[in-house]
Amino acid sequence: MINASLRELSQALAAKKISSVELSTLFLDRIERLNPTLNAFVTVDREKSLKMAVAADARIAAGTAGPLTGVPIAQKDIFCADGWRTTCGSKMLANFISPYDATVIRKMHAEAGLVSLGKTNMDEFAMGSSNETSFFGPVRNPWDTERVPGGSSGGSAAAVAARLAPAATGTDTGGSIRQPAALCNLTGLKPTYGVVSRYGMIAFASSLDQGGPMAASAEDCALLLNTMVGFDERDSTSLERPVEDYTRDLEKPLNGLRIGLPKEFFGEGCDADVMAAVRAAIAEYEKLGATCVEVSLPNSHLSVPAYYVIAPAEASSNLSRFDGVRYGYRAPDYGNLDDMYMKSRAQGFGAEVKRRILIGAYVLSHGYYDAYYLQAQRIRRLIANDFVEAFKQCDVIMGPTSPSTAFKLGEKAADPVQMYLSDIYTIAVNLAGLPGMSIPCGFVGGLPVGLQLIGNYFAEGQLLNVAHRYQQATDWHQRRAAIE
Amino acid sequence: MNQWEVVIGIETHAQLATVSKIFSGASTAFGAEPNTQASAVDLALPGVLPVLNKKAVECAIRFGLAIGAEVAQKSVFARKNYFYPDLPKGYQISQMDLPVVVGGDITLQVGQGDKAYEKVVRLTRAHLEEDAGKSLHEDFHGKSGIDLNRAGTPLLEIVSEPDMRSSDEAVAYAKSLHALVRWIGICDGNMQEGSFRCDANVSVRPKGQAEYGTRREIKNLNSFRFLKEAIDFEVQWQINEIEEGRRIQQATVLFDPENGETRMMRSKEDAHDYRYFPDPDLLPLIISREWIDEVREDMWELPNDRKLRFQSDFGLSSYDASLLNINFDIGNYFEGAVLAALANGERIEPEPAKFAANWVINEVLAKMNQEGEGHPTWKFGVSAETLGCLLRRLREGVIGAKTAKELFAEFWEEARANNYASHGGYPEKIDELIESRGLKQISDTGAIESLVDEVLAANPANVAEFKAGKEKAFNALVGQVMKAAKGKANPQQVNDLLKQKLEG
Repeated sequence: MINASLRELSQALAAKKISSVELSTLFLDRIERLNPTLNAFVTVDREKSLKMAVAADARIAAGTAGPLTGVPIAQKDIFCADGWRTTCGSKMLANFISPYDATVIRKMHAEAGLVSLGKTNMDEFAMGSSNETSFFGPVRNPWDTERVPGGSSGGSAAAVAARLAPAATGTDTGGSIRQPAALCNLTGLKPTYGVVSRYGMIAFASSLDQGGPMAASAEDCALLLNTMVGFDERDSTSLERPVEDYTRDLEKPLNGLRIGLPKEFFGEGCDADVMAAVRAAIAEYEKLGATCVEVSLPNSHLSVPAYYVIAPAEASSNLSRFDGVRYGYRAPDYGNLDDMYMKSRAQGFGAEVKRRILIGAYVLSHGYYDAYYLQAQRIRRLIANDFVEAFKQCDVIMGPTSPSTAFKLGEKAADPVQMYLSDIYTIAVNLAGLPGMSIPCGFVGGLPVGLQLIGNYFAEGQLLNVAHRYQQATDWHQRRAAIE
Repeated sequence: MNQWEVVIGIETHAQLATVSKIFSGASTAFGAEPNTQASAVDLALPGVLPVLNKKAVECAIRFGLAIGAEVAQKSVFARKNYFYPDLPKGYQISQMDLPVVVGGDITLQVGQGDKAYEKVVRLTRAHLEEDAGKSLHEDFHGKSGIDLNRAGTPLLEIVSEPDMRSSDEAVAYAKSLHALVRWIGICDGNMQEGSFRCDANVSVRPKGQAEYGTRREIKNLNSFRFLKEAIDFEVQWQINEIEEGRRIQQATVLFDPENGETRMMRSKEDAHDYRYFPDPDLLPLIISREWIDEVREDMWELPNDRKLRFQSDFGLSSYDASLLNINFDIGNYFEGAVLAALANGERIEPEPAKFAANWVINEVLAKMNQEGEGHPTWKFGVSAETLGCLLRRLREGVIGAKTAKELFAEFWEEARANNYASHGGYPEKIDELIESRGLKQISDTGAIESLVDEVLAANPANVAEFKAGKEKAFNALVGQVMKAAKGKANPQQVNDLLKQKLEG
């Protein structure tokens, strides 16, 4: 059961081979045993989880269950969940109990009947690529516990990779679903901006943030994505579109699929072994009937600099609400109001968050706004246009997800720019608002390699199909980390 | 003073009369227990997002149409970043580069009587934004409380060009704007509750100089009187500074109504860098032609249109028509009184309209002005129907002008004593009252004639004086007749009969 797919779990629950309470207990026990090693979960509440499982069992018994009712999953601790501590990986919110549900959580709990096993660790306010910026300590990669799981959804990635949960939610602002998925041998999908509601998802960079599924396979991601999407009147950037079943096109053959290979993704800057695995995967796709075409994303080298203007700018403003006044951390001793602000924020935020707030405040300040913020917005449009041009020649774009496999804890922590370059292939996708995936495509020295798939706007169904067909022909995604 | 020219521009925050807040579903009602009208969005809990209230946009469109401005097809919400405890998000959602309303103007009536003149003040822009909460500094033993009920209340910030040249013009502008936002139903105009507050940008320059002087901004003036007092003080202060050889530094100042002085809040050097940028949580606001047309169709007659109608239909002077349009209510009142003053089947003609206009201007407006600014909103002590009824009886000659004025004053006092809660069951009771108190004017020629005869017989000296050419003696005789009639004789008839007899 630990290694079962969501479809298998769903069938077992429907056939009453196992109850949701039993299944949830199985995973909760495993979390209890392995979490001290991995630090993947920040909050586990057995009582709350089992209560949900009891309710799910009742729905199953009453015949009102949905496809995933009773299936337990892990939630990234960026989603507010009513009655749950919601920390966003920060000391600032270490004691914050959310009084409301994020739209995604509400859909998963109330509508789909999923059971939440707990809240997963993450880089503080989703700012990081290694999960080392969390106030709750680093998460360890189940494939090698001396290595990082990637970030910022590192806790979710480690949890699913170590089978502490069958699947998890993540969020992706610059690669935070895809990069940890790649480093932990998972399938992860960042949907088109606006497909998944951001209401209740604690904002890092509002114009880039998007929630999505992380699981063992494309099919699992499709099933989970079905429960997450939908127009939300509480989110003005949510898009009104007809409801789609993302499992519908999974089996479609790939004959005639045109794969675009951006020359900028296949140049320098990527480990040779990683590149070899990526090329092997593309060769596999050709066997499945796809053809390859070289495309160009001429402005992609500008994506990291543009991102590190836009994302910190939005973050500096988004994080202003954490001021110690109404909730969250407040410094114990302070002289006056300004002192309270300064001490609460100085003590409540970690170094990386403070660095980005400073960068963001700087690029928005009088006299620098045009040179940085507006310029970055222009570059953003150029990058989006590059993709529009590229998609005239191809159906899906492929390349590496991350330039390297999982690195050692502490290896890049001292050098923020090196760390920022971990997301060199993923960031442009957020800037353009496109859907992107990472799927397992091989190993280098026992560590997983991810293949990135980038689709056109709203092509989640197609991406999942492209990923699924590959996973039927290969078994990379079925390999499990040896952790017990 | 005479060689200085005053330059004033005004920024006004008008709280929009929507049921719910601009970016959340919480109620905007005033006066609830602290923090009971603050939703998760207003409290800026982690993860919450703003959703624009269409009704607030409708108010902005309405305003744009009312001042002949351009309603922007596309406007953008921006974040104004600063820290303050009553600003829950650490930024205020406002509009910066692309406001919803651009341009437009307002025509004011400045001054009274002979000195009255019209003035057009141009508007720069009007934009939508959210209000902050309130800090409560009392009752917390050295600490401050925060009430977020007001946080997220929709505001329209209306910015004028620096077109005003005196505190009188500034007050006239503020009053016209106040009347207008109430007129078009977008703001309740309650200044005590802060629904309408003004900031005045004031500078002085030598007459004839083209460049503006350095301005200081007086913040948060919540009454017309304070607006005038603050500007007058500030102007004198600036002139004194310059005349004593000092330079004016750009600054934000507060007005202290206690001592009537302005004092510095912060200098330009301390000015915040608000780090404005487009709010990524909100899409650009797109307003279609169709939406604007819909709002236009839903609007009633605007002040200037009604003023022109009063002039053309009722033959009123421009000045009188302006006075009757200083707000929506007074014009309605006037029209109501005109209708009620007509006899059965009589049509609206300039004559009864002018008659009613004089009464509304001289009696009603005078009363209203006596009530002064402390008056929460315009309350009529005598309803339009009651006034119309009095006017009708007056025109019919049933009562005299003196009686009509006395009754009017009595009714008004009664309503005032009653806190304007009712109008005492008038106009139905008027005829009854005239009857029971014997207020009916004596219009019977026979009765008046015998009174005249008595007076002439009893005052031969006056008669002789009149015949000797002393006009004054005639007035004395009229007075005698009126006295004999206990004031109830129709004065016109008394005059006519006396003249007949004396000259005859």
